[in-house]
Amino acid sequence: MRHIISVLLENEPGALSRVSGLFSARGYNIESLTVAPTNDPTLSRMTIVTIGDDRKIDQIEKQLNKLVDVAALQDITLGGHLEREVVLAKVLANESQKPQLERVAESFNASLVAVSDTQFIIEMSGSSEKIDELLNSIKTLTVLELARSGVTGLSSGETVLKV
Amino acid sequence: MQLTGADIVVKSLKEEGVEHVFGYPGGAALHIYDAFHRQDDVEHVLVRHEQGATHAADGYARSTGLPGVVLVTSGPGITNAITGIATAYMDSIPMVVLSGQVMKPLIGYDAFQEIDAVGISRPCVKHNFLIQNVEDIAATIKKAFHIATTGRPGPVLIDIPKDITADVAEFVYPKKVEIRSYAPPMRSQASDIVGAVEAILNAKRPIVYTGGGIVLAKAQEELRTFVKQLGFPCTNTLMGLGAYPHDDHQFIGMLGMHGTYEANMAMHDADLIIALGARFDDRITGTLDGFAPDAKILHVDIDPSVIDKNIKADIAIVADVKEVLNAFNSEISRRHKDLNPTLIEAWWETIQGWRALNSFWYDQNDTVIKPQFVVQKLHEATNGEAYVTSDVGQHQMYAAQFYGFSDTHKWINSGGLGTMGFGLPAAMGVKFAHRDADVACITGEGSIQMCIQELATCKQYDLPVKVINLNNRYLGMVRQWQEFSYEKRYSNSYMDSLPDFVALAEAYGHVGMQITKPSDVEGALREAFAMKDRLVFMDFITDQKENVYPMIESGKSHNEMRLRPGKPS
Repeated sequence: MRHIISVLLENEPGALSRVSGLFSARGYNIESLTVAPTNDPTLSRMTIVTIGDDRKIDQIEKQLNKLVDVAALQDITLGGHLEREVVLAKVLANESQKPQLERVAESFNASLVAVSDTQFIIEMSGSSEKIDELLNSIKTLTVLELARSGVTGLSSGETVLKV
Repeated sequence: MQLTGADIVVKSLKEEGVEHVFGYPGGAALHIYDAFHRQDDVEHVLVRHEQGATHAADGYARSTGLPGVVLVTSGPGITNAITGIATAYMDSIPMVVLSGQVMKPLIGYDAFQEIDAVGISRPCVKHNFLIQNVEDIAATIKKAFHIATTGRPGPVLIDIPKDITADVAEFVYPKKVEIRSYAPPMRSQASDIVGAVEAILNAKRPIVYTGGGIVLAKAQEELRTFVKQLGFPCTNTLMGLGAYPHDDHQFIGMLGMHGTYEANMAMHDADLIIALGARFDDRITGTLDGFAPDAKILHVDIDPSVIDKNIKADIAIVADVKEVLNAFNSEISRRHKDLNPTLIEAWWETIQGWRALNSFWYDQNDTVIKPQFVVQKLHEATNGEAYVTSDVGQHQMYAAQFYGFSDTHKWINSGGLGTMGFGLPAAMGVKFAHRDADVACITGEGSIQMCIQELATCKQYDLPVKVINLNNRYLGMVRQWQEFSYEKRYSNSYMDSLPDFVALAEAYGHVGMQITKPSDVEGALREAFAMKDRLVFMDFITDQKENVYPMIESGKSHNEMRLRPGKPS
């Protein structure tokens, strides 16, 4: 099962490596990991996408909680939640391919930035699934570079992850 | 009061009540060493290798319950200390390690003796710090001691760049510490206690299985009351020996890979396993598929992550085990009329049948010394009251099986990491805490050579440890596994060209003895322990082919133990 775990951790040097080190040392999966400071500058919010059965997820949460720098965590996939990822893809499109690219961008509500006459950056924010669909629909074009941000998210209920 | 960072370090240690710091100087730590020179509140003990410093601090901690403190320099100083830090981490021992670091402006430039101490220690510490400003030293030390000693204890490292120890700041030692992201669980819920006691009172085949957590929580009295009230059988892990008296009839011995037949069979056939401060380690459970098929699991531990990690708990209580045992004991007293001893009569009969097998039996003949015999005689020579440290291997198992402990904090061994070289420096640490007590280090000719340089430290500080070297000229446990599982292909387990241990001990300024005859064992031990002020290195030449029995081999269950072939003569 895929789980998204949101973690509030002390915004200290080395805090990120404690989390990533824990995952590699204990052989846990990381699909993606994003981290940035929050509106409280002493706290960072990390979003980890991981895969495992209930028992593994339980262990992951307990081991994360054991880290002194971890202040709070929540598996947001247990309830309603919003998840978003940003993708940027630099695509090669000649004059005849350009309309196809524009149609795709429009249907996915993505924006298109021209780099040159033949290169474009398509940008979109959405669920990982939606991004996969977008990439699928431009697979006949040459993708020169691709950057995905990894997932970030919030629970859509009234509960608030806080210290 | 304005002080240098180095003086703040030493004054902070004094504020924490630290009496001994085990360490080894070097460039990045020199300001701190200079500060030690300016005072005599905190004694610095100069070891001969940083691994020895960590094990000595560890032995001090295990024998007192107080945190052990280590000071090393940067680079090789801290890398040498890592084995000892990991040893403490695996056994949840409170320890604070201070390491010098290169000056802040040099960090990241591959300076002389630079290593990322925080990075290299991360997987084997409870937490670590790199101090950035002189103003942070006192508060960080306060936090480090708090983290090391609360909840499930463990080692904490503080890395201090050299320039910061020369900077000056106002010294104020904080009275309180608050870390918002760190709140170890302490108290149980009343409803959990009631539910657990209900299960306890209804058990027909119960077993109380206790680990190092009872020792760390200093809960031995509460445990004894609990076990006595119920009349249940009790087994201890390797880390938990001494929590329940070895000679009480309710004690069914150590469990696990080299535990008693009765303890392992009772675990396998139990209908209720009461796990107290123990973590269902693989050396305890055997193969998980065959583990205690009919048992309900009641698991009490202060660390939530050990619950359901290896074995799923039916009832889990995350709290300080001492507090939980107190709560259990009052609830059991309250429900005294529901206690029904006849419920477990048949269970005790079964256990007595297993016990009658005497699974630790061995034959001591007239010609060659059996290692078990030495340990039994050591118990007699010390009235079973010595602090016993050990290294790792067969001798460790003989010590655990045959010494017979009646108190916690007296059996000191590396159970989790299994670190050879632990025994002698750990014994030094014990000696610093218990100057008048007998301290024996049970070791083997392999392990002792991993930290033998500490014989010099013992000389410098007059530490009359008794070294019991069970010398079988083999890496015995390796040889045993090779005999059982590798068709007797003894690859690299034979110790050729051993030193003359008697001469070696004498070269370090100690007393050396070699004992080759069974009839000399007892007299030699009495003679050695009569030398109260001397370290005596006793080199016992023991049976080369002796094996540790019983044994649950890898992949086997509790009820598939390998017993010693033959019968006692």
